[in-house]
Amino acid sequence: MLLTNTEEIPGKRITACYGVVSGSTVRAKHAGRDIMAGLKNIFGGELKGYTELLQESRDEAIKRMKAQARQLGANAVVNVRFSTSSVAAGAAEIYVYGTAVTVE
Amino acid sequence: MDALIQLAFFLTLLTLGYVFGKIAEKKHYRSIIEREKQWMQIPTTSGRHVLSTDREVKGVKLATGSVVISVDYFKRILAGLRNIFGGNVRSYETLVDRARREAVLRMKESCPKADQIINLRLETSSISKGDKNQIGSVEVLAYGTAVYLYPASTATRP
Repeated sequence: MLLTNTEEIPGKRITACYGVVSGSTVRAKHAGRDIMAGLKNIFGGELKGYTELLQESRDEAIKRMKAQARQLGANAVVNVRFSTSSVAAGAAEIYVYGTAVTVE
Repeated sequence: MDALIQLAFFLTLLTLGYVFGKIAEKKHYRSIIEREKQWMQIPTTSGRHVLSTDREVKGVKLATGSVVISVDYFKRILAGLRNIFGGNVRSYETLVDRARREAVLRMKESCPKADQIINLRLETSSISKGDKNQIGSVEVLAYGTAVYLYPASTATRP
């Protein structure tokens, strides 16, 4: 499954378009990770636990989007965009969407 | 007596935040500048088209990089004061600058063999948004399309 965030795939031709596909995950603060984050809030620096969490939820969202595209019979997703929103206090949603297409 | 202990605690946190925060920021900036030089070989643009080249496109891939960085206690207090007086919040400017540059670098590191990265987009969010505490950390997600090209020798093919 090819993914790009451009409208077309350089060097390839789009033959069919299936419309928008999307995937999302909601992640929440983690008690164990929050203790370390609390310390880091004093000293400053990268919150490794949260970086990992962000990465995992992003990968999961992409996986769900890919599954949806595969179901439609697409072999690529173009114009992929990420979006984040906070659903509730301490929880955030990561949403990924794009256009499912078939390329040669 | 209680107030005195609280004040001492506050001052300790402030000093710890100032010292360690400054060290961490300097170290991070040093690493960012060094790695930015190293990754200069991959041209990155926010444009939508492949940068002009006579080489053919071999393949593309979605490249992503993300980071979560927290601000230190001293700067948070400083920013709190800024909320009263107004003006640029310098301490948060360096925080988001570091986070963005780091995210872009990580995106590049995720595809070391790419020839170009086009359509770079940056997304910022905060996990503690809506929380009672102030913004303590910033999350940046950088993504773009990594373009792989054929070697120059095949550019002359019919």
